[in-house]
Amino acid sequence: MSLFMTFRIAFKALARNKLRTALTMLGMIIGVAAVIAMVALGSGAQATVEAQIMSTGTNLITVMPGNFTAGAARGGGGSNTRLVEADAAALRELPSIAMVTEVVSTRQQLIYGNMNWQTGIEGVNVDNPAIRSWQVLYGGFFTPEDVRSAAKVIVLGANVSDNLFGEGVDPTDTIIRVRNHVFKVLGVMQRKGASGGGMTNQDDQAFVPYTTVMKKLSGQQNLNRILASARSADDIAGTKANVESTLRQMHAIVPGDADDFTVQTQEDQVALRTQTTQTMTSLLAGVAFVSLVVGGIGIMNIMLVSVTERTREIGLRLAIGARGSDVLFQFLIEACVISLVGGAIGIGVGYLVSWLVEVYQQWPTMIPPDAVFTAVAFSAVVGIFFGFYPARKAAGLDPIEALRFE
Amino acid sequence: MPVITVRNLTKEYRMGEHIVRALRGVSLEIEHGEFVAVTGPSGSGKSTFMHIAGCLDRPTSGEYVLDGKDVSKTPKDELARVRSEKIGFVFQGFNLLTRTTALDNVELPLLYRAKNGFKSAERHKRAMASLEAVGLGQRFHHMPNQLSGGQQQRVAIARALVNEPSMILADEPTGNLDTRTSIEVMGIFQKLNKERGITILLITHEMDIAEYGTRLIRFRDGRIVADQAVLHRRNAADELAALPPPEPDQIPPPAEAGAAAH
Repeated sequence: MSLFMTFRIAFKALARNKLRTALTMLGMIIGVAAVIAMVALGSGAQATVEAQIMSTGTNLITVMPGNFTAGAARGGGGSNTRLVEADAAALRELPSIAMVTEVVSTRQQLIYGNMNWQTGIEGVNVDNPAIRSWQVLYGGFFTPEDVRSAAKVIVLGANVSDNLFGEGVDPTDTIIRVRNHVFKVLGVMQRKGASGGGMTNQDDQAFVPYTTVMKKLSGQQNLNRILASARSADDIAGTKANVESTLRQMHAIVPGDADDFTVQTQEDQVALRTQTTQTMTSLLAGVAFVSLVVGGIGIMNIMLVSVTERTREIGLRLAIGARGSDVLFQFLIEACVISLVGGAIGIGVGYLVSWLVEVYQQWPTMIPPDAVFTAVAFSAVVGIFFGFYPARKAAGLDPIEALRFE
Repeated sequence: MPVITVRNLTKEYRMGEHIVRALRGVSLEIEHGEFVAVTGPSGSGKSTFMHIAGCLDRPTSGEYVLDGKDVSKTPKDELARVRSEKIGFVFQGFNLLTRTTALDNVELPLLYRAKNGFKSAERHKRAMASLEAVGLGQRFHHMPNQLSGGQQQRVAIARALVNEPSMILADEPTGNLDTRTSIEVMGIFQKLNKERGITILLITHEMDIAEYGTRLIRFRDGRIVADQAVLHRRNAADELAALPPPEPDQIPPPAEAGAAAH
């Protein structure tokens, strides 16, 4: 008998018990939909993190004091205070580096009239907007002269401006107080949204010359970070190596000793951050996978019940000329149809769920094509694997015994 | 050439520690167009004989030639093909597929034909012709649960006919039927036997049912103890005509039932 006929027979048999077929399929549908939705959420989160980090600047290279790749006992990035202005100056001399800015962070209360707002203040250099591809919305940024003279000028993030002056107000040239100093507002940055970490809002900060932070606000002599922009995107790794060797020289680190600083490219940051989301994704997908296996066991269970219940039918089929292999294929195809059709519907439901989550929960989702392919392949494998044992049981029945079965 | 030639057929089963000798040397010949009734008490070996004759089982020793082909040592899958081509089965319990129309039930053996498979239209035509032969042409779209027991058994006979087998093997075909429907069903067998010359092997333990055949074979303890022509053969068509019409509260026989009996 042709395989096509076997397909017809299997379809007819499934159609004879629609409710049972549908319920068995439900197990597969839920399993596959869960996997698709979980992978979609994970991939979406990952893509967002990646896009956010990439949007923080052009060919951005970040230098932090301390070394958080060497040894668990170390305090991690930022714990070591050995990053100074001279380091930034040395990097500025590198031919592969286009721009550099020093970064000194502090947290201060900003006061305007009867309004006040506590926010992070970043002391930076004039190239900060260019390095972070982040331009001013109102007014302008400070000048090299402001940096040299540690001028009391400030550029506000959009959120800070909103909170002090109200939304849509251009506060340029307004005088505000920071701690006990009087600062002149030079401008407001464009909105940028959440940073790569996803935790902080980049619009909730203000920029002043780094020299001003050092001399007038916090008094610290060390830099919290150095941000540099490579001249070309082609050799970021080479530039990173240049930066590292320059800094080792500046810090007089002998060969064999570990760095006391950390250099990260945007790719490094993406890798670091996506590791977390990937772990989460595989965890969720793992749980979803379990439900897929449970769905598969559901198929086997129903097929086994079905074989027992349909013993007389199998006996009859054998009596009127079906070979064992015909019966085997019939049951195998029945199991595969349940799992494949269930898988297909599951993919649809998975898409629907991720779409709903995206629309109502505002979580970005992304369904990688290979996840869909894997789901289809897996449901086929589930069908064959869990269908084989019941099918073989059916095919091995003795027609005489089967016909007598009550 | 006989349809069935059996020589020194034996069959032994192992039941725990015992060996059951179900057949102890059976020899017989059945010619084309015969209507043979096989009877005997339970345990006489008639069921075992039927299973071997129906190629559902193989003998322990001896020779079984079906339609000129020795099938006593044929492998299992090959036996399935022999059943498909040469034998039509009718069982006591009808064994129709539930939630499947009469037509689809009758078509089933055509789907399992190993060679010369038919296209869908041809299968339909053949199944319809088969249903018409048993007088159920009008009810081809009915599900088994919409048919009376007699009608279900007639669908089963149509199914047995559809592959134009060398012989029809009926295992207690009236066991689940009342007297009237039993006569109806036997009438169909007699008609098919007479008009189409189809060989019928009927297994029954009821003597009165056996008397619808032309030849009676009696089994006892795994041997044939009697093999004779039926002297006073019953005629189902005449008996049915003589019966009072069915009571109103019974499921009325279909309109074609009378036509099938004549």
